[in-house]
Amino acid sequence: MTPKDIRAAFIEDLTSVAPDIDPDLLDDDEHLQDDLGLDSMDFLNLVSALHKRFGLPIPEADYPELATTAQAVRYLGKAPAG
Amino acid sequence: MSTFKMPSLGADMEEGTLVEWLVKPGDSVARGDIVAVVETQKGAIEIEIFEAGEVAELIAEPGQTLPVGAPLARMRKPGEVQDDAPAPRAVPESPRTTAPAEPEESARSAHPTHPPRRASRALPGAKAPGGADATGVLASPAAKARAAEAGLDLTQVTGSGPGGAVLLADVENYLKTAPATKETLETPAAKPAAKPAARGKPGLDMAEMRRAIATAMSRSKREIPHYYLSHRIDLQAAQDWLGATNAERSPDKRLLMGALLIRATVRALAKVPELNGRFEGAHYTPAEDIHCGMAVAMRGGGLIAPAIMDAQGKALDEIMAAMRDLVARTRTGRLRNSEITQGTITISSLGETGVDALYGVIYPPQVALVGFGAPRAEALAHDGAVAARVCVTATLAADHRVSDGRRGAILLAEIDQLLQEPETL
Repeated sequence: MTPKDIRAAFIEDLTSVAPDIDPDLLDDDEHLQDDLGLDSMDFLNLVSALHKRFGLPIPEADYPELATTAQAVRYLGKAPAG
Repeated sequence: MSTFKMPSLGADMEEGTLVEWLVKPGDSVARGDIVAVVETQKGAIEIEIFEAGEVAELIAEPGQTLPVGAPLARMRKPGEVQDDAPAPRAVPESPRTTAPAEPEESARSAHPTHPPRRASRALPGAKAPGGADATGVLASPAAKARAAEAGLDLTQVTGSGPGGAVLLADVENYLKTAPATKETLETPAAKPAAKPAARGKPGLDMAEMRRAIATAMSRSKREIPHYYLSHRIDLQAAQDWLGATNAERSPDKRLLMGALLIRATVRALAKVPELNGRFEGAHYTPAEDIHCGMAVAMRGGGLIAPAIMDAQGKALDEIMAAMRDLVARTRTGRLRNSEITQGTITISSLGETGVDALYGVIYPPQVALVGFGAPRAEALAHDGAVAARVCVTATLAADHRVSDGRRGAILLAEIDQLLQEPETL
């Protein structure tokens, strides 16, 4: 997957847990929780969706690496994506 | 024969808009079945019926905005024979309607005394069909929100939904094919679109929600003599257990601290059962079941506190599953009326990014609200030394008509106790 594909997949999962987020207005450096207002349940649902899609364990210790869209795309790109 | 009425979905609700029927005449319904969807300031709510029987007649039409208590349908009780009594209704003509004409029903034509159904009838107090839109256009909440955002007059859009209802796709198509949208802003009927600065749930009217919250909270502060307690809880044991437990689990099975806090509170209520109940009229009735309201903040503002029904019988994993389901449906789907009207206590948890403590305003007719601030590491005396421990401040706002601080204190102390042994939750 190219970073562009990963980003598209990430945005798809993000907007499915938070349908009120407009992908066109999204800034990749916005903090998912502080700026976009995801709460811990939304974030966990996002991680669950990414886990399913990418087949990654995404342990809690790695959560800080998913703080923004840009960081998440890097994180997801490092793994042998399925 | 009984009448199924527009239910009150909270102390703050005056009217609702029927979005759709999920039953038709002749259908049998059991207690708890979802029969209709009503749009309120809390979003679209699935309406359950609380009596078993058979649907005799649907009185209200989708699109109608009706006051609480207005008849929606007539129900035949099990075993009851069909009778001819016409539904109690006034039939002023409403000049504007987009509701579809009803197909002839053979059962009806057998009863010539029955007034013919007219699509244009309106019930007492009914507004023009089409929800909040003054133009009388029938439109889905998402379509209305999108149109308002674009400053588009919905009367210009041809609807493809049931009864000509304008759907989101219709609005999108219209906007695509009519690039000169600006002109529509000058149409007097187009409400000046205060573009929602925050991103809210589609179809939710933030001003309405604010007003509803203000009504309920004003009533609470006027009627309920609140008292407040606060207690700092060492959460390190719970945090350690949670980390170890989640490390073994895939993300979809993981727990949140919020689930432990709710589970501990629900269990602690067994010691102070009078905090769980409802004060209605001049009477307090303790509740046997714990329908635990969970405050969910909406992005863009507002708050909904749907209840985890029968929380006392749910183990920790079941509480977590119920929380996931409720949050998902609060954000993207539909809540049921029992979930937003039958709560017996509310828990508000600020989560990771909040402040130290919150002092709640009780949601009437409940008599207590338990609040949890954001858990964070603090310097705490532990085993005779100062150590950095994850702590949370638990608060209780409770109703002095029902309990006193001494009893309330027992609840917070018990929650503390239970959280020291998270593996037993």
